[in-house]
Amino acid sequence: MRLTLNIWRQRDAASAGSMQKYELDGVSEDMSFLEMLDVLNEQLNEQGEEPVAFDSDCREGICGNCGLMINGQAHGPEVTTTCQLHMRSFKDGDDITIEPWRSDVFPVLRDLIVDRSAFDRIIQAGGYISANTGSAPDAHAAPVEKKKADRAFDVATCIACGACVAACPNGSASLFMGAKITHLGELPQGQPERYDRVVNMVGQHDAEGFGGCTNIGECTAACPKEIPLDVISQLNKDLRTALKQGR
Amino acid sequence: MATPTLVKGARATRSTVALKIVMAVSGLVFIGYVLAHMYGNLKAFAGHDAFNDYAHHLREFGEPLLPHEGFLWVMRLLLIVALIAHVASAYALWRRAAKARTVKYQVKKNQSSSLSSRTMRWGGLALLLFIVWHLLNFTVPKVNPDGGPTDDPYNLMVDTFDVWWMTVIYLLAMLALGFHLHHGTFSAIQTLGFTNTASSRARAKQAGWVLAVVIAGGFSLVPLSVLAGIIEK
Repeated sequence: MRLTLNIWRQRDAASAGSMQKYELDGVSEDMSFLEMLDVLNEQLNEQGEEPVAFDSDCREGICGNCGLMINGQAHGPEVTTTCQLHMRSFKDGDDITIEPWRSDVFPVLRDLIVDRSAFDRIIQAGGYISANTGSAPDAHAAPVEKKKADRAFDVATCIACGACVAACPNGSASLFMGAKITHLGELPQGQPERYDRVVNMVGQHDAEGFGGCTNIGECTAACPKEIPLDVISQLNKDLRTALKQGR
Repeated sequence: MATPTLVKGARATRSTVALKIVMAVSGLVFIGYVLAHMYGNLKAFAGHDAFNDYAHHLREFGEPLLPHEGFLWVMRLLLIVALIAHVASAYALWRRAAKARTVKYQVKKNQSSSLSSRTMRWGGLALLLFIVWHLLNFTVPKVNPDGGPTDDPYNLMVDTFDVWWMTVIYLLAMLALGFHLHHGTFSAIQTLGFTNTASSRARAKQAGWVLAVVIAGGFSLVPLSVLAGIIEK
């Protein structure tokens, strides 16, 4: 298939960027989206042009490193990560617009690569549990109700790719935070720090400059791991409890 | 904008979520108020005297325990406080959102958000303008299209809705109110943390539909009935 690609090109964080048009022929529908970009970069290399910089690591949908805004949708038209999106989701002759995540908290480092370290700091602020070192406790030492274990596991699938922020019109990271808060809050190991966790994570989130949540649900629609909107309700509930406790 | 350091001494009261809770609670106050207001408006179907008696009783409500118009002033103060809280929080969150993405996308698709959820801010602003107009129309100077102020609320209402453009403004405002309630109700319930399962979320969304249709529809019945000649002087 033959494609016309509109790609955001930006030399570095300090430079201004712009959209550039590329024609790409011979794309197989079995290629992943990133493989298609690899082909483009080979072509650019041959022409002596600077290849397009983009993030990728595992290329199997579990590391959360790749993430592109494809035709106005985070990770493109399918419910999956960019690396697991295949060109069969597109048609011959398509125009594809590829942009980096847009958030002032995720500055563009180069072309399609953004700095998502704000997520790391939110995790540092509260997305952890304190555990004694030493030999691992027996697996059945801390019983967990099946329903809670399931919910914790479902939301623990969040890979912190940043699609929720990219899709949110307010640039809020509430779905990401909610996933972490729900994941740890459902488990007994997460209880001691539960209400400080929500205050510290939200405090970091706000200081980073992410927007507030308006519950419109674009985040959950864009999430490659289908994290549901109810994690944001859980976050709100935990924060409300923290308010009551005067934290 | 991103900060390279960890925040120390974060407080729940200073968070964006606290601002959202303020919006949710003040919004619920408005929902309670518009329901009561709608009940009063529907008295128009009971005729001139019933409508005016109801308006008069609102001023005498709670007497002699409360002074004349005491109940009304308690309500007004509550609404003014709620309005200031609602608008101030909305403004703060709007500004934050604008700063969070200063470089816009060339292409951006909305995948699942409702039109009502995406029009909350401008729709809210439209409602604020309407409230000013509505108070000029019916409360403070009582602009009577037939000329001069009047103390007869029923006649003022019928005269108002006999003017086509006043009816149009009112109906458009009710459309905006319906939109605002449709998302606002769900959003308030979610912000207060009562939608922790898929089924409770579905119920909260249904509540948004019900309130939007009942309240916007209930208010619209009166001007439409004036238009149809069902309610007349």
